[in-house]
Amino acid sequence: MPTIYIDGQAYEVEEGKNLLEACLNLELDLPYFCWHPSMGSIGSCRQCAMVQYQNEEDTQGRIVMGCMTPVTDGARLSLNGERASEFRESIIESLMLNHPHDCPVCAEGGECHLQDMTVMVGHRDRNYRGNKNTHRNQYLGPLINHEMNRCISCYRCVRFYRDYAGGTDLEALASHDHVYFGRHQDGVLQSEFAGNLAEVCPTGVFTDKPLLNDYSRKWDLQSAPSVCVGCAVGCNTSPGERYGRLKRIQNRYNQQVNGYFLCDRGRFGSDFVNSESRINFAGIKQTDGSYQAVKADDALSQVASFCQQGTVAAIGSPRASVEANYLLRRLVGNQLFSTGMSDLDQTLVQQVFDTLSTTRAISPSLHQIESADAVLILGEDVSNTAPRLALALRQAARNKALALAADMRLEPWMDAAIRNLAQDQYSPVFIVGVHDSRLTDISETSISLAPDDIARLGFAVAGEITGASIGGLSDELAALAGTIASALKTAKNPLIVSGTSLMNSAIIHASAAVAEALSADKSTMLSLSVPECNSLGVAMLDGGEGMGFDALTASAEQGEIDTLIVMENDLYRRAPVEVIDQLLGNIKHLVVLDVLDNATLSASQIALPVATFAESEGTLVNSEGRAQRYYPVFVAEDDRLPSWQWLSELGQVLGLSGFDQLQHFDQVVQACAQDTPALSDITAAAPDHQFRNRGLKIPRQPVRYSGRTAMLANVSVHEPKQPVDEETPLSFSMEGLNVGQPSSLMSSSWSPGWNSNQSIQKFQDEAGGVIKGGSAGVRLITPGQGVGLGVGGTSIPEAFTSSDIELLLVPVYRVFGSDELSHEAPAINELSGDAQLILHPNDANSLLVADGDGVTAIVGDAEVSLEVLIATSIASGCVGITVGMPGTQSLIIGSAVSLQKASDWQRLKPQLIATDNPNAPNCGVQSGVSCV
Amino acid sequence: METTQTEKVLTRNIGPDLLPTDMVAYEANGGYRALHKAMSGMSPNDCLEEIKASNLRGRGGAGFPTGMKWSFVPMGEKCSPGHKYLVCNADEMEPGTFKDRLLMECDPHQLIEGMILAAYTIQADRSYIFIRGEYLVAIERLEQALTDCYQKGYLGENILGSGYNLEMHVHTSAGRYICGEETALINALEGKRANPRAKPPFPQVSGLWGRPTIVNNVETLCNISHIIDKGPEWFQSLGIGEDSGTKMYGASGYVKNPGCWELPIGTPVREILEKHAGGMAEGRKFKGFLPGGGSTDFLVEEHLELPMDYGSIGAAGSRMGTGTMIVLDDKTCPVGMVLNLLRFFAHESCGFCTPCREGLPWTRQVLEDIEAGRGRKEDLETLAHQVKFIGAIGNTHCALAPGAMEPLQSAMKYFGDDFERHIEQGCCPYTVDMKAQDISAEGERD
Repeated sequence: MPTIYIDGQAYEVEEGKNLLEACLNLELDLPYFCWHPSMGSIGSCRQCAMVQYQNEEDTQGRIVMGCMTPVTDGARLSLNGERASEFRESIIESLMLNHPHDCPVCAEGGECHLQDMTVMVGHRDRNYRGNKNTHRNQYLGPLINHEMNRCISCYRCVRFYRDYAGGTDLEALASHDHVYFGRHQDGVLQSEFAGNLAEVCPTGVFTDKPLLNDYSRKWDLQSAPSVCVGCAVGCNTSPGERYGRLKRIQNRYNQQVNGYFLCDRGRFGSDFVNSESRINFAGIKQTDGSYQAVKADDALSQVASFCQQGTVAAIGSPRASVEANYLLRRLVGNQLFSTGMSDLDQTLVQQVFDTLSTTRAISPSLHQIESADAVLILGEDVSNTAPRLALALRQAARNKALALAADMRLEPWMDAAIRNLAQDQYSPVFIVGVHDSRLTDISETSISLAPDDIARLGFAVAGEITGASIGGLSDELAALAGTIASALKTAKNPLIVSGTSLMNSAIIHASAAVAEALSADKSTMLSLSVPECNSLGVAMLDGGEGMGFDALTASAEQGEIDTLIVMENDLYRRAPVEVIDQLLGNIKHLVVLDVLDNATLSASQIALPVATFAESEGTLVNSEGRAQRYYPVFVAEDDRLPSWQWLSELGQVLGLSGFDQLQHFDQVVQACAQDTPALSDITAAAPDHQFRNRGLKIPRQPVRYSGRTAMLANVSVHEPKQPVDEETPLSFSMEGLNVGQPSSLMSSSWSPGWNSNQSIQKFQDEAGGVIKGGSAGVRLITPGQGVGLGVGGTSIPEAFTSSDIELLLVPVYRVFGSDELSHEAPAINELSGDAQLILHPNDANSLLVADGDGVTAIVGDAEVSLEVLIATSIASGCVGITVGMPGTQSLIIGSAVSLQKASDWQRLKPQLIATDNPNAPNCGVQSGVSCV
Repeated sequence: METTQTEKVLTRNIGPDLLPTDMVAYEANGGYRALHKAMSGMSPNDCLEEIKASNLRGRGGAGFPTGMKWSFVPMGEKCSPGHKYLVCNADEMEPGTFKDRLLMECDPHQLIEGMILAAYTIQADRSYIFIRGEYLVAIERLEQALTDCYQKGYLGENILGSGYNLEMHVHTSAGRYICGEETALINALEGKRANPRAKPPFPQVSGLWGRPTIVNNVETLCNISHIIDKGPEWFQSLGIGEDSGTKMYGASGYVKNPGCWELPIGTPVREILEKHAGGMAEGRKFKGFLPGGGSTDFLVEEHLELPMDYGSIGAAGSRMGTGTMIVLDDKTCPVGMVLNLLRFFAHESCGFCTPCREGLPWTRQVLEDIEAGRGRKEDLETLAHQVKFIGAIGNTHCALAPGAMEPLQSAMKYFGDDFERHIEQGCCPYTVDMKAQDISAEGERD
């Protein structure tokens, strides 16, 4: 390890780092702006200046930028000497020439890296007498607010948006001191990672718009460690609350999972917590169909009496915690419990679990995925089903660039140099889907095929690797299979990405076959996506013992079920309306526990209000197989309770055996771990409620939290007692230490002088490294022996043959709109759009329809009319349907549909032709008002 | 005064009475002889050795030895497979400089022949002339010349049967001063923002599209064919003193005969000023000069005997730069002159690094105040601070801001009393009757 001398003191530092990283790793404060641990160095802000001396005799030295200078053994540096300090102060002084003095009204204030750095260098007096530059701000959509006057031109925004996340509609425009960061014209930012700008920007140019519209000072936000419920990636989040409202979601660093970044569904989709559709009190349905609010105890005794009147079955949920599902299952018994997934979903998720437990390939974390140097994506549109995974794949594609750089002895942090060197050379990424994806720009080949053909291509690739030909492929596809196989074989860290989203078992089988074939020679990664935040968790809990959904409906039809308890699951999203109507008609009593009003809840006799992820604790298992714990950020209002607590109390009212030992969350976790071998390690996901940090609970409120005695003074002058949290090691208080606890208990980071999210570096073992004490969560799945995952004979499907009359219905996912809960967040809802059928231009031509027209899809008796979107990339013979969106449930994926032009179709939205509103999105015409 | 006899090399086809050359005229005067010579028997390494031995130094301003620059390009098996590029920097935007324009407008083939030879030496297969967009005449003539070369087989596949292939294109710049910086030029050529790149890696190993690239100034490349044709010894004999060859010198400002002349490198400043530029204009006295464009330090009376070469001008505290001097007379306000330059440089900052993007406009604002009579005593400290803060390469990302500080710091050194008089008198002593407001209005940003 090289030794460097900083201000006369010798330090051992890691080779290959730059001086800025070295200083931060030594816990020395060196201010910076443009450098980012995930994005490397470009040397634009000049803030991290140090003085470097040639040798011991050199007294002059020269100014060097910490972020651009590699550590060298024996280097002599000055960090806090006068010259270096003066230079850094001059930089801040320069940045302040045009920076407005609006800190008191700035949304970033108090969490602003620029404020921190300004204080750190000691700049105070203004000598500049000129005017400040001003800019016009842009409308950037419902998620991000733009205030260009605050810009210090660090270039982080465009580097993240374009270079890191592959966006194209945010630019550095103009030059000299007029540099402008924005779009060519006002409009919604197109990248699903735009929300990260709020965290990447070191000051208040790009800020969280929903927060801004419902603002609280950031130091006044109460937060707890949480896990995103938007998809199965399981990004770690830090929700912030004030006055009982969820104000924002911020990234919670977990090196193995989300690192520094979230997707916009995760960041902005949690606003459903504040929805008007939340259920606050237990209700009993009256004869007129309305609900009468009742006390929780009364509701429970009513439920208990239902339960005592015959057979009780229950439907759990892949969006509810492991613990809640466990208690529900225990309440009704394994044989009467359904996971709440459709049978097909259940089979596929079970297949994913079985595959990951059997294959020799490892189920990688996102961090491991970033190390892949060849990727095959088989059938999964990850940009829409697991967006943060797509961002990780984008980094994996850069490994080619890093390899070229290593040949030229460029360090990985020399970002600009490496991008200039590699230009558009990427590690091989092959994408096979039913339509193109937003990763096409980094792919070597992107191809659209029908689901069965995707599987066939996958088996062909596996065959090429093992030497067993499957035959029957077109020459073009056979050649492609050969290309893919050879790229995967030459790679050091090949990765296969697939999942359940096309609802095709053969695709998962094929991806396992490829991974297995590669595993014979080298360490291979197999990443399988599942639909929801706890799909894998409930499948592991169920273990195939439960009652499938179809079996449950059949049993109800036989009159074998008297009472059905549905927990956190809108059944009408899982099956056609008629199926659910029939099921609910066949039972006597329906009890629904949920967070939001929905069709299933409206059918219940008793509705129980459930706390959201932000008001409860629980464990989720992500698609990697990582169990992660989330904690209540704030106490649920009114009679809302976490599902597990409702069920625990119900069990006690019913006097069921063992439920007296299931009154506390930790007891439920323990019991679940004991009863479920696959989940035996969930106890290790986070410490239990007895954990204390130096004798104290972990505070949810930051040390700077203000107004605790005053915030409710308009209601009562008596300061309310702080709620007591008996279930977790966290407290509703600012007393205690937020230092040194396990990262699973780190709700946010703060360090003296570091008020922004950049303070996380004070808790990492090195810049961009692991939080001291390890990454949060515990992996439940270990690679197996690979038995029976070869190129399977019978599981290879027949080639897809397209028909002139009917098209194959394939699912198309939308990052905004396909997910149930985030759809209820107003900002996400605004971006969601309507359900659509995606047609190939040839099919559209023969139907004489254009974008925005209506088409009626007919399957048997079911008819649905939806808006048309024409896409050249949709696989031939297929028609896409935006799944998860209202109006699409009646059509079953995989069925053959016939289409006809919808005769009396009315466009869903007026088509904007012109407007004089400059804030109107996507309108190029600027004069006249006319809406059709 | 003794005058130096000049062998005309770069301007042998150029003169007030001569028409611009076409292919026929150029070849009639020995043109493409060097190309034929190189293609029939000289290896790339032979050419490189000739250029190295000639001691040719880059004429764009920095004076880096051309042969050495070329020798950093990976050759043969050391080079990964792919293109190599030669780029001619014809984005002549240095204030006071107009030498490349003359060379390109009047004798375009001379540049192209030099480029083919340079490209052959480094085995580049693609070459670009990155030319200032306003040079419409030069663009037209270069494009015609390229067409003629392709017809003649001097460009394209298998040039003169040698097996060597080269494409050449004219690329017109969208117009930023910073494109004269070779890495900013490369970014502009790639269609990106014209921001300079951090070095290392140097363009010789990772330049255009990440491939080995040589960027040379027009005048530098115009010398190549003559060196290959007549040999390095001949070339060395042309110069006076340490440096080799001839140099395009120029003079602007209140001199009797502003212009551009090819003279042996090392010709004394006084000879250029008095013999070729004809001395100061009527009623004007010499006060100082910027030796090589707007980004070089002022020199004064005591430096007039110096030879105009890299070493001598450098030792005097300035740079020879482009070799085209801007002369300051006694009736022109030095503060106003520096302000004018600072307006230019502040406007031409690419906006990438903080000291340049913010420091230059601040410096301009202070100079505007001083020139308009609003200056304060402490402003001189601010200027001195800015010179220190942004005046060193390393403090900034590239050499633009340090270059911009050169005329300011030397003006404060040699004409410090002018700055003080502005502040004491509350107006510009050179334009007493001009209202201060008028000047400040002029300083409005674009």
